[in-house]
Amino acid sequence: MATALDPKLDSKIPSGELAEKWTHYKGTVPLVAPNNKRRIDIIVVGSGLAGASAAASLGELGYNVKCFTFHDSPRRAHSIAAQGGINAAKNYKNDGDSVYRLFYDTIKGGDYRAREANVHRLAEVSGLIIDQCVAQGVPFARDYGGLLDNRSFGGTQVSRTFYARGQTGQQLLIGAYQALSRQVAEGTVKLYNRHEMLDVVVVNGQCRGVIVRNLLTGQLERHAGHAVVLATGGYGNVFYLSTNAMMCNVTASWRAHRRGAFFGNPCYTQIHPTCIPVSGDYQSKLTLMSESLRNDGRCWVPKDPADRLKHPSQIPEEARDYYLERRYPAFGNLVPRDIASRAAKIECDNGKGVGQSGLAVYLDFADAIKRLGKETVEARYGNLFEMYEKITGDNPYEVPMRIYPAVHYTMGGLWVDYNLMTSIPGLYAAGEANFSDHGANRLGASALMQGLADGYFVLPYTIGAYLSNEIRTGKISTDLPEFEAAENEVRDRINRLKNLGGSQSVESFHRRLGKIMWEYCGMERTEAGLKHAIEMIRKLREEFWTDAFVPGRVDEYNPELEKAWRVADFIELGELMCVDALHRNESCGGHFRGEYQTDEGEALRDDENFMYVAAWEFKGENQEPELHKEPLQYEVVKVSQRSYK
Amino acid sequence: MKLTLKIWRQGGNYKGEFVTYTLNEVNEHMSFLEMLDVLNEQLVAQKEEPVAFEHDCREGICGTCSLVIDGRAHGPMKGTTTCQVHMRHYNDGDTIVIEPFRAKAFPVIKDLVVDRSAFDRIIQAGGYVSVNTGQAQDANSTPIEKDQASHAFDAAACIGCGACVAACPNASAMLFTSAKISHLALLPQGQVERQRRVIEMIAQMDKEGFGKCSNVKACEAECPKEISVENIARMNREYISAVLTSNVKA
Repeated sequence: MATALDPKLDSKIPSGELAEKWTHYKGTVPLVAPNNKRRIDIIVVGSGLAGASAAASLGELGYNVKCFTFHDSPRRAHSIAAQGGINAAKNYKNDGDSVYRLFYDTIKGGDYRAREANVHRLAEVSGLIIDQCVAQGVPFARDYGGLLDNRSFGGTQVSRTFYARGQTGQQLLIGAYQALSRQVAEGTVKLYNRHEMLDVVVVNGQCRGVIVRNLLTGQLERHAGHAVVLATGGYGNVFYLSTNAMMCNVTASWRAHRRGAFFGNPCYTQIHPTCIPVSGDYQSKLTLMSESLRNDGRCWVPKDPADRLKHPSQIPEEARDYYLERRYPAFGNLVPRDIASRAAKIECDNGKGVGQSGLAVYLDFADAIKRLGKETVEARYGNLFEMYEKITGDNPYEVPMRIYPAVHYTMGGLWVDYNLMTSIPGLYAAGEANFSDHGANRLGASALMQGLADGYFVLPYTIGAYLSNEIRTGKISTDLPEFEAAENEVRDRINRLKNLGGSQSVESFHRRLGKIMWEYCGMERTEAGLKHAIEMIRKLREEFWTDAFVPGRVDEYNPELEKAWRVADFIELGELMCVDALHRNESCGGHFRGEYQTDEGEALRDDENFMYVAAWEFKGENQEPELHKEPLQYEVVKVSQRSYK
Repeated sequence: MKLTLKIWRQGGNYKGEFVTYTLNEVNEHMSFLEMLDVLNEQLVAQKEEPVAFEHDCREGICGTCSLVIDGRAHGPMKGTTTCQVHMRHYNDGDTIVIEPFRAKAFPVIKDLVVDRSAFDRIIQAGGYVSVNTGQAQDANSTPIEKDQASHAFDAAACIGCGACVAACPNASAMLFTSAKISHLALLPQGQVERQRRVIEMIAQMDKEGFGKCSNVKACEAECPKEISVENIARMNREYISAVLTSNVKA
């Protein structure tokens, strides 16, 4: 390991055997006594799986919690849209699953770019999540004996995915939302709907609160706490078109980054292989078709590019190329997402993409319907088929679906240590907002697992370690000069946005940013492309700050103003993503650099030089960010070339 | 295709009135909300204030989008949220009337945006199982009969959008409330708090100013998740039983 330890990046991984670390940690971590918890204020920003579960669990413990969401209700958070399922090492199927195997699959799936200790902890608590959710009344799928059912997902050879029809995220989020609602009723959590966090407040090096904007009145508010948790999701919408909900944004993370929180691996983006293809310029978002479809659906393109516009029924079996089954016989259609996405791209680049745009492949259920019967297929995927038909007008029981990869998830995020604390003491990041567990590629059904692990079973322990030093601090005043300064900065930026008075809509800037990101920092990146993208983004940023137009007033409900702030932050993030992608001279997981591939077109890692977490420090407006490296040490897993063949 | 839109505008410069807009080039593959995006881009380009409407996931699951379209909550398609309605269901030259979800308990915030936080407060009144994190037993220790679980799921599929309230002539929230009560009453996990839950959630529902059910069943017809009015019948049964047999004050 060539990289020296960076003093600013102490991962605080407990010592001891990998499988004992978390147990030992829990047994020895300092606690906060019940009478002291009442005197401690915690701010949770976000109400998705990570935020709602954290706020509820911390409230149950007796802390004073404030939970902020920019939605009209916590139940709207984008976790709700997750379809396929949640992994847990229960081994209910008796098919050889174990905590170690879930840990191993996740590390391997992440292309050896995640921390062993974090991932092992995730696998350890995975079973508890299922127990907790069932106790809350989450209606997981069951078999005729009344016990829980499982299905398999990409990148694994066991069935460990628990699911609730195609609405697993919804049911899990409603479970967490109900737990949160219970704490709101009990008075331990105060809920702030329609409030958006626009800055964190740092006092003497510690995070002491947030500045939020009441989205109905435009009023800026100061809120103080002994610790702040950001559970504000991922930043896939930097690509404009993604499967993320329209309001998903990077603002909370980015503002924390500008205040000193390092950004970890920003270039690690997950492009999901099975989404409904883009149909036109007016398009506002892309729709995911759950990965679970690859359990029974078969991906193919015509062998001959000349056939690509033919009706699929006119392309006989022998003229079809089931390219995933051909290239990856061991995993077939169930290879991990990054591999399936790139394989689709390669076929389309070779002129075999189907449909008018040429940017689609078939996902075919004819065999599954023959083998299982239409009824079984309907029971498994009915609501997804229906959704597909609503959007495209095609019936997937009769014609194969057309799919294409789309941005879906961001593995990168705020750098956190083992405690989920960012590089600002007292500021935590949970769920997709942190970079922690998925390395360079996330396996299917692991996002729900990580969000709930962080919120229910990790943060409630780790935050106590920090707060045990805060019991004598007393109430934190929002009159501190740092609060005033932060509020003024936020107000100035809002006014600046409002007064731009240019001629172009904020939406148009977002769309242009997205095109740059998708073209140069999407499924395949190159040195020249990334350098070009950085130039273009800088110009776009300049243009934004001179020629954008924001209608309406600042002191009222004004979605355009909200969007303007978020797009301005996306533009800054976009540049950092390209800088990160450019510096990482290797291919790994979702980060594929054209220059670094094997003869067979697979990602070629450079473990010698890049087996580290890239954590970027903000050095000021128009300054180059500073790179810090956290070396990754694999003590248990044997690092190897990832193979799914 | 060319469309005429009559949209309710309220707040800002508008006192509460229909304003007519025309769109000349609507693509049939657009979603309904993408059509409104196009309108808003057009308005912004003319330095006018865009129409405020709520939306987020645009795949029919978050429950954020709303709109009464030509008199129907979430528009003309059965079992479909507004964000999943596509323009291929309209014809060139059509006029479309777009209003907010109207109900006393859903005050208008601006244009097509209403305040649905009353739903949160109904859930806070008891729409949960009281189990702290870490208290759970092994997930498979309580088998649940498959059809029963599936039944509970049908009720749990509610997305909390409020279409039931908007569709109901009484602006009743009984479909929403009963869906949560049914979801939990049908599962063994929900039994301990079953009676308390129904009494307290109904009390909150009434307090918020929602109307009563008079069996019109428009809620079921317009529900984008096709939640059944059976749930209302179950809620009534649960309520009567709880009032007669429990110590919780109704």
